[in-house]
Amino acid sequence: MNREHIIEAIEDIIHTIAPDEDLTGMDPDVRMREQIELDSMDFLDIVMELRKRYGVRVPEEDYKELATMNGCVTYLTPQLAEKELKLSV
Amino acid sequence: MSSLPRVVITGVGLTSPNGDNLAEYRAALLAGKSGVEPYHIRYVGDTIAGVCHFDPLRHQKRKALRRGTRAGSIGIYCANEALLDAGLDIEQRDRARIGIYVGITEHGNVETENQVHEVSKYDYDLSFWSHHHNPQTVANNPAGEITLNLQITGPAYTLGGACAGGNLGLIHAVQMLQLGEVDLAIAGGVSESIHTFGIFASFRAEGALAQHADPTKASRPFDKDRNGIVISEGGCLYTVERLEDAQARGAKIYGEVVGHHVNSDATDFVLPLAERQNECIRAALARAGLAAGEIDIVNAHATSTPLGDVQECNALRAVFADSERIHVNNTKSFIGHSMGAAGALELAGNLPSFDDGFVHPTINVENLDPDCDIRGLVLNEPLKVDRIDTILNLAFGMLGINSAVIVKRLQG
Repeated sequence: MNREHIIEAIEDIIHTIAPDEDLTGMDPDVRMREQIELDSMDFLDIVMELRKRYGVRVPEEDYKELATMNGCVTYLTPQLAEKELKLSV
Repeated sequence: MSSLPRVVITGVGLTSPNGDNLAEYRAALLAGKSGVEPYHIRYVGDTIAGVCHFDPLRHQKRKALRRGTRAGSIGIYCANEALLDAGLDIEQRDRARIGIYVGITEHGNVETENQVHEVSKYDYDLSFWSHHHNPQTVANNPAGEITLNLQITGPAYTLGGACAGGNLGLIHAVQMLQLGEVDLAIAGGVSESIHTFGIFASFRAEGALAQHADPTKASRPFDKDRNGIVISEGGCLYTVERLEDAQARGAKIYGEVVGHHVNSDATDFVLPLAERQNECIRAALARAGLAAGEIDIVNAHATSTPLGDVQECNALRAVFADSERIHVNNTKSFIGHSMGAAGALELAGNLPSFDDGFVHPTINVENLDPDCDIRGLVLNEPLKVDRIDTILNLAFGMLGINSAVIVKRLQG
């Protein structure tokens, strides 16, 4: 996956977890929880979906790296480079 | 008991396999319309069940729906509908003085089965076990989800009463209102049981799961050819208030809860006991200050099992042998056994009798079992009567729990 695919993958996961939220116009450098309604349980859902869909295991000490969209891209690029995008139906 | 405040039902919110509000549900009961349909669940395969078709997004956001349980969702729907029906705006109420009392048969089986199934896809690696499992399976979940949805801060919990749960929720509401613990109660019962394969498998293992080529004819209490229970989901929550509060706000009043009782067989895990059911009914009558001959409708618990129906009929025969006004009906013949919701939901189906003067029937009785041939049975067609003043609602459950609620047309 390239950068665009990773963003698409993250947005798809968030849409699954927080389906009432509008993700358009999000600033990729601002914490996602400040822009949409995401709580700590939702965050654990994101980590779970990364594990289920892509086999990526994010250790707890790295959770802070996933706070912003750009943080997600930077952190996940090495782990998702060889993976294929999987979108929810 | 006369010094205790009088307590009345002022709103009804329900979802049943044959109706998503009281008017639809009542119309189905008078029209003989079943809510049982073909159903498929993992491991069990093709079977039948009573399935509800309410729109959960009417009162719930998609995220809350995804995170919560089916029982929570049913509870949220019923609570909101009851408040609307009662004309109660909780923005104008002290939310700390509202109690939520939800009867359940069981809770957590659905969510646990789902998680075990999920981790089985990952070779039982528990890192795939959901962090939502605990809040979904705590026993107060259905009541707690209602508090989150309505921002109610008063006492909210479930009452585990097997298939008597729905009656227990209502009885507890009456008690808490009489004690002055709350000023408004949202109470009754819910069930998500059709989403656990275990309940189907267990009833099947007991030889107590109904089978019939036509799902709508599978639940047939009192009929000779009955062969077991149809499992259903559903919910019914009432708004319950002290009479003086309800009258002060000009509320519509469905009826007054004048009597109730709960007792235990203390004899068997599964098998019911007519003698203790008899005692439960008599104790509820005594609390209500009514003679057996003053009861107009008995809504029988009968689940369509060969043994259980006979036990209940023996209890009713003993109590109501000389009752000229008695009418006996059964709601499970239409909707199956909605478990924790049953007590509350089945009472709701009869409340309109005070206004329309009809007694809804027990359907699917083609050959009445002589052992179930008791006085006052209303079979297959609704019966128009002059006047209905009192309803006795029965709900019994496993481990020998018996419950009886008596609701009376408001007088005085």
